[in-house]
Amino acid sequence: MSNPNKKRLRRTMMFLNAQKPGLIKDPYIYKPDSIMLDLEDAVAENQKDAARFSLYHALKEIDYRGVERVVRINALDTPYWKEDIRCCVAGGCDAIRIPKTESANDVKLVEDAIAYAEREFGRPAGSTLIMAAIESARGVMKALDICEASERLFGIALSGGDYTKDLQTHITGTGIELMGARQNLVIAARAAGVQCFDTVYTNLDDMDGFRRDVETIHLMGFDGKSIINPRQISIVHDIYTPSEKDIVFAEKVVREIDEKKAQGIGVFTVDGKMIDIAFYDGAKRTIELAKASGVYKGDL
Amino acid sequence: MEITRPAMAGTLESSDCQVTVEKGEGKIDLTLDSAVINQFGNQICRVTMETLERLGVDSVKITIVDKGALDCTLKARIEGAVYRSLQQKEHLPWGGMIR
Repeated sequence: MSNPNKKRLRRTMMFLNAQKPGLIKDPYIYKPDSIMLDLEDAVAENQKDAARFSLYHALKEIDYRGVERVVRINALDTPYWKEDIRCCVAGGCDAIRIPKTESANDVKLVEDAIAYAEREFGRPAGSTLIMAAIESARGVMKALDICEASERLFGIALSGGDYTKDLQTHITGTGIELMGARQNLVIAARAAGVQCFDTVYTNLDDMDGFRRDVETIHLMGFDGKSIINPRQISIVHDIYTPSEKDIVFAEKVVREIDEKKAQGIGVFTVDGKMIDIAFYDGAKRTIELAKASGVYKGDL
Repeated sequence: MEITRPAMAGTLESSDCQVTVEKGEGKIDLTLDSAVINQFGNQICRVTMETLERLGVDSVKITIVDKGALDCTLKARIEGAVYRSLQQKEHLPWGGMIR
């Protein structure tokens, strides 16, 4: 079972309250890579039931024009998550986000419920992907186990609010309180070959701070960022768009490696820099990002 | 399905609608309040009747206050109100009566 969407581009994941028709009817106009339809924290306790009906019909009837539809279900220690999964799978969502993931077993519980729902509702086996949100110190320490728990799992995400509470600190805006978790999660995700996403930046009045935050996580190796407002999308996409210089260099690397490999040469130089096969995937990723950003004019 | 308890779903926010169901008197008694009743009144009534029929509800007093809801929202709010009235929150018939 290998779902081709596991590796799709996910620079931005925009949170939307699944209970709010005004929010979920047309978010594709802002062109995020993914939307995160939320059944969890954004939905009041007495509206959990109503939110599912709203979610189900949105999934079935609204054309999101290629934007990935991820649903954040309620946590596994609530009475809601199993029916959330039935609703999501019946509606045909692309992926389910597990909140407060602390172990591989959490992922397996959700995986089993999804597989059961896919059979119940006649959905293709393996069509519903999983991502896991890490929101505690224990979750960070178990990150690699979580990343390797399911073939359906495409990535993990840091949830900074709950994580910093668990760490007995708070969000400062500097990122210092998130350093350890961010580094651990990226390393675990890369070791397991899955994607990694950063937490939201909640101060919408500080767009300079947001830009600095995104620049930091981009350099750390994150695949993208959770966002809470359409105004944040263009900043993330801008930072994740390769420069002209990067694209030209990546093209040279890909072409030279293809050519030199055929000649049996393993190590060589491009623009004075030593290059070998280890650079190939990174260069290919730069080209793919350039294509997704609409700035690639080459023919690779 | 028999509606015995009053129940409500939805809000009065833009793009939403608020649906109230109460015990009926052997028929569907629909009251509709919408700013776009002249343009979409017939469509709202048609979707309401189809949704109630699918749910097997043929006796209900239903009141809809529409704030520009899409069809998918209207269906969701009617189903939400009906299943709240029945106090059923699990094992729902997604893709069956709910579709």
